[in-house]
Amino acid sequence: MVRKSSHRAAHRVVRRRRVRRLTGRDRLVLGVGLAVPTLLAVALIWAPTLASVTLSFTDFNGVTDPHLVGLRNYHDLVSAYPPFWPAVRHNLLWLAFLGLVATPLGLLFAVLLDRELRGKRFYQSAIYLPVVLSLAVVGFIAQLVFSRDYGAVNALLGPGRGPVDFLGDPSINIWAMLAAAAWRHAGYVMILYLAGLKAVDPGLKEAAQLDGAGPVQTFTRVVFPVLRPVNVVVAVITVIEALRAFDIVYAVNQGRNGLELLSVLVTQNIVGEASRIGFGSAIAVVLLLGSLGFVVVYTTYVLREDRA
Amino acid sequence: MRRRLTRLVLHLFLTGVALTWLAPVLLAGYASLRPYAETARDGYFSWPHTLTLRYYRQAWDADLPRYFGNTLLIAVPAIVLILFFASFVAFAVGRYRIPGGRALIVLFAAGNLLPPQVVVTPLYTVYTKIPLPSWMSDSLTLYDSYWGLIAIHVAFQTGFCVFVLVNYVRTIPVELTEAATVDGASAWRQYRQVILPLCRPALAALGTLEFAWIYNDFLWALVLMSTGDKLPVTSALNNLRGQFFTDYNLLAAGSVLVAAPTVLVFLLLQRQFIAGLTLGASKG
Repeated sequence: MVRKSSHRAAHRVVRRRRVRRLTGRDRLVLGVGLAVPTLLAVALIWAPTLASVTLSFTDFNGVTDPHLVGLRNYHDLVSAYPPFWPAVRHNLLWLAFLGLVATPLGLLFAVLLDRELRGKRFYQSAIYLPVVLSLAVVGFIAQLVFSRDYGAVNALLGPGRGPVDFLGDPSINIWAMLAAAAWRHAGYVMILYLAGLKAVDPGLKEAAQLDGAGPVQTFTRVVFPVLRPVNVVVAVITVIEALRAFDIVYAVNQGRNGLELLSVLVTQNIVGEASRIGFGSAIAVVLLLGSLGFVVVYTTYVLREDRA
Repeated sequence: MRRRLTRLVLHLFLTGVALTWLAPVLLAGYASLRPYAETARDGYFSWPHTLTLRYYRQAWDADLPRYFGNTLLIAVPAIVLILFFASFVAFAVGRYRIPGGRALIVLFAAGNLLPPQVVVTPLYTVYTKIPLPSWMSDSLTLYDSYWGLIAIHVAFQTGFCVFVLVNYVRTIPVELTEAATVDGASAWRQYRQVILPLCRPALAALGTLEFAWIYNDFLWALVLMSTGDKLPVTSALNNLRGQFFTDYNLLAAGSVLVAAPTVLVFLLLQRQFIAGLTLGASKG
């Protein structure tokens, strides 16, 4: 009997401590402090996004009043707009290249560097350096490396194999861009995995090795599954970067002639002489839909982590 | 013995990779030091006869300091605001039971992932319609003004920082803020005197990361700013490429100068930089 009442008393004390008595001033401060950034995000990001979606159903051209035209923009996009399907192909190619080449490369570097190694800082910094460069600079460097007349690669190939127009030839210039993108992406992924690997319990690896597993087996069966949180982040980032790819291509040739990308098509239709804002918004919505799937994956992950 | 061999192979491989990764950057640096007459004759991949700093002086005289100043004018207020908002939101949501707090975090985190193109058109239209007094903007609207650029950077980047800081604030022991509450401290004082100092490493990390991201941006300035004089340095470089598309040596010098601040920040503050990126990626 005594135990029960003291238990209830303790419970009551705990419950009282959890309820925060907020003063009026506290409420105001919290309210304003939360409201300002939220309003900023809504006004400058979410509202424009909704506006873009709405605009995609109109024929707005920036000057005359817009009229609703239903799905006409989308129909024209897939059937009467030549750069659309090449752009989709290029974005998918970008995704495949980043996901199947750049990301595993970054993982490899991280695994190799996840140990006591002399000069580790140097290797890390060298691989990560492209990530801190402005894409305007990366665009210029791409010209220095790939240009037909001045480029380093052509100089290395020598006069025998003839100058290859890596930037101007529409059948191969996307690969030059992909090389530049992978150059950056590998470093980004490497750092994420390095951090993730640091958090892996070394006891796990030791136990696996005691059981007779080789280094590859230890990695694939023991370490990689434990890296799941990092894998999710890396996957999302890779997809978002592939869909967002804009700067490198724009910096090199404004995204024409073999370098069409959805993001560049949006910009071309909006900024510039054509000013087909309704149409451009339709392309932007296609981009949005593509990203949305992964944004949802990421936010579900965030929510689940939040609850943990 | 076998261990030493594998180590050697590893070092050789990593050195090879590192040099391959650095090669393009080194090439640009090398190109910036060579006179045009030589490179026009021998190409960029040739041994030097003379080296010159002439292009650096030329790039500097092409008003580069002004553009650096523009970038700082945008980056510094933006970073301060981002860190302030993000830490406060993290504090509010992490310490108090706010209705819809979780949804708010999701809103912020997701906002950072949207492709900017989705936002660009309506933003451009809205910006041209919001009036500003002349002391804030000589275009008299939010378009083509520093406030406009600062605003969009803050909106876009706060989300990432909120996400990182919320996890960070959660690791701060509840006892500390509880002690402050018992002492009668208001929410603001708790934020300023308990949470903020403890967040300093995370704020430093995020600050360096944000500096690099905002400094390197050139899309927002491209769309939301039209006066050439007011462009941040990366967009100015992009324009320079349009003008001087044959003078690669000058462009190389310009690129090196433009890249220098972020590279320096990265090399000197590497630990903070990496911490900022990984705080949000792996679980605390």
